[in-house]
Amino acid sequence: MSTILNVSSMSMDFGGLRAVNRVNIAMQKNEIIALIGPNGAGKTTFFNCVTGVYTPTEGEIHITPPGGSDISIKGLKPNKITEKGLARTFQNIRLFGNMTVLENVMIGRHTRLKAGVLGAIFRDSHTREEEERVIFESYEILKRMGLARYVNNLARNLPYGAQRRLEIARALATNPFLLLLDEPAAGMNPQETKELEHLILQIRDTEDVSIFLIEHDMSLVMSLSERIYVMDYGKLIAMGSPQEVKNDPEVIKAYLGEEASA
Amino acid sequence: MNFKEIRATFFIALWFVILTFPIMVIKVNTVDNTIVWRWHNMLTIGLGTFFGGILWRFALHRRRAPGKRPATVMTAEQQEQQQETMDTGHPLIDRLKAIPAMIAQPKIKRSLFIALGVFILIYPFAFSLYQTNIMITALIYVMLALGLNIVIGLGGLLHLGYIAFFAVGAYTYGILNRFFGLGFWAALPLGAVLAVVAGVLLAMPVLRLRGDYLAIVTLGFAEIVRIVINNTAGLTGGPQGIGSIPRPGFFGLEMNLQAATTYTYFILVAVVLLTIFVVWRFENSRLGRALVAMGEDDIAAEAMGIDLTRTKVIAFALGSLWAGLGGVIFASRTTFINPASFTVWQSVIVLSCVVLGGMGSIVGSIVGAMGLILIPEYLRAFSEYRMLMFGAILIIMMVFRPDGLIRKKRKAYTFPVETEEGSQ
Repeated sequence: MSTILNVSSMSMDFGGLRAVNRVNIAMQKNEIIALIGPNGAGKTTFFNCVTGVYTPTEGEIHITPPGGSDISIKGLKPNKITEKGLARTFQNIRLFGNMTVLENVMIGRHTRLKAGVLGAIFRDSHTREEEERVIFESYEILKRMGLARYVNNLARNLPYGAQRRLEIARALATNPFLLLLDEPAAGMNPQETKELEHLILQIRDTEDVSIFLIEHDMSLVMSLSERIYVMDYGKLIAMGSPQEVKNDPEVIKAYLGEEASA
Repeated sequence: MNFKEIRATFFIALWFVILTFPIMVIKVNTVDNTIVWRWHNMLTIGLGTFFGGILWRFALHRRRAPGKRPATVMTAEQQEQQQETMDTGHPLIDRLKAIPAMIAQPKIKRSLFIALGVFILIYPFAFSLYQTNIMITALIYVMLALGLNIVIGLGGLLHLGYIAFFAVGAYTYGILNRFFGLGFWAALPLGAVLAVVAGVLLAMPVLRLRGDYLAIVTLGFAEIVRIVINNTAGLTGGPQGIGSIPRPGFFGLEMNLQAATTYTYFILVAVVLLTIFVVWRFENSRLGRALVAMGEDDIAAEAMGIDLTRTKVIAFALGSLWAGLGGVIFASRTTFINPASFTVWQSVIVLSCVVLGGMGSIVGSIVGAMGLILIPEYLRAFSEYRMLMFGAILIIMMVFRPDGLIRKKRKAYTFPVETEEGSQ
């Protein structure tokens, strides 16, 4: 086991508001961990800091890609961080709606390809090979995610559950070692959530990625995660196994209020 | 249509009558100093607006009626099928809707292409010089529309200053010819290169902007270019412009006007074909897809590893390239350029070509440009009402075909049919 993500005393301020307050999170290879907390606790802001959408005000973020050495990703642009092997999905689905399902996944492979403007126009043998390879690889990912039948459909025409899976497929196409899922089960019915649970486990085992998720669906969080971090008002208030977290008085207080914990 | 709507139409007509009363009814006869009351005009306007309004509402109803939007999700093919087979209850419209499917047949497609090719080849010989000149103008706009389509249609960057690059191309030729006697063929690549440089220069400051802000900055850029041209008289001739720019040369051959025009026409056809080829290759490439993704959702695109800076610069550079080429050809064709040819109005026309034709679609841009340039020409018969009719056509188009004439179709890939695996 080795640490692949190490966030140390990271804070994020928006004007006078401290959205994330001195958070420390470390993650091991092949782990599934979850970050939970009431609405507005700062979970998505935390994700946005790690993926480069925001630059944290304080603290450090380090990653260790497999076979690589420790690097700081603080202040890097989102596309650079994706290149280093972190991929994410969004809380509110952000697919490329007017592109086909296959093209969405092909976009995910963008950083792993090289073709430039001249290659596009002259379509030399190297570019052609690359193009054929990316089509094949993308289709393989779609097959693994059970989306092969939608290949040429526009992403916006997909059923809700399939759109969620396509977001994961697109993120996987970037070839990540760490996948950050922002509320993947939001808006899903219990049946779909169950399928998602299998899918996430399957991804972890077959694609060799670690998974970090933010989720409100407690049944999913409790059955999937190996460790859970709980956040409230930008601060980590608890950490531990699902069982430990469930019985933590601080956590109960954050979720249910003062009365219930008494 | 219910009573309420008829009443509303009535009041609109009434309002219109009042509005036009001073100009359409009252007329002062300055010779005998009397006022002529033209009451018949009032009646015409009232009835015309009323029945026109009823007709408009009726058309809107027809448009909405078949749109019983299905609640269930359909695949793209199903949706298209439904749209194509939608029973409009009008034989002419139904027949029109059958055309795309017919054209798609390979045999018909090939013969259509051949017919089109022959038509393009014989056009300057079969029609008058005047017609050829109109077609040259239209083809220049086709180039501009295709170029702008890269920026707006694919990249979703609202660019209102596109004509500035056209000006850069035209003035490159004009100035180089005026001072160094450079010929058309030497100026052509130089104009393109300078337009690309200008495109990159514009892209730099607007990298962080999107939407309305981008539109304003590009608009400002175009105005800057125009005003600079207007005020550097020593170099550009100022408002007087640059005259006697030579037409394209052909190994020093002397050509009369007819021959020179035909020659320009064929150069332009070749360059347009090149534009189509490059845009077509580009849009289905890695960078083309990245551009489309950025247009769809830039935050998601960046999270997927697309370098937005690079992609935007490429979009502006590749878009400006065609405007530069078009500018050089434009200068050589009119043999005279001045700042009046490069106003915001021209930018708006090119933008309209792209939007009306169908954003992101190559065929759409071509059809849009042809339509927008040729229709006003052929409407010259109605000289006074020309722009009025033009405006009406634009409004009708946007209400009934907001996606443009030709809707962009994404490329479909074929795979061996396999039985669906589990997971659902």
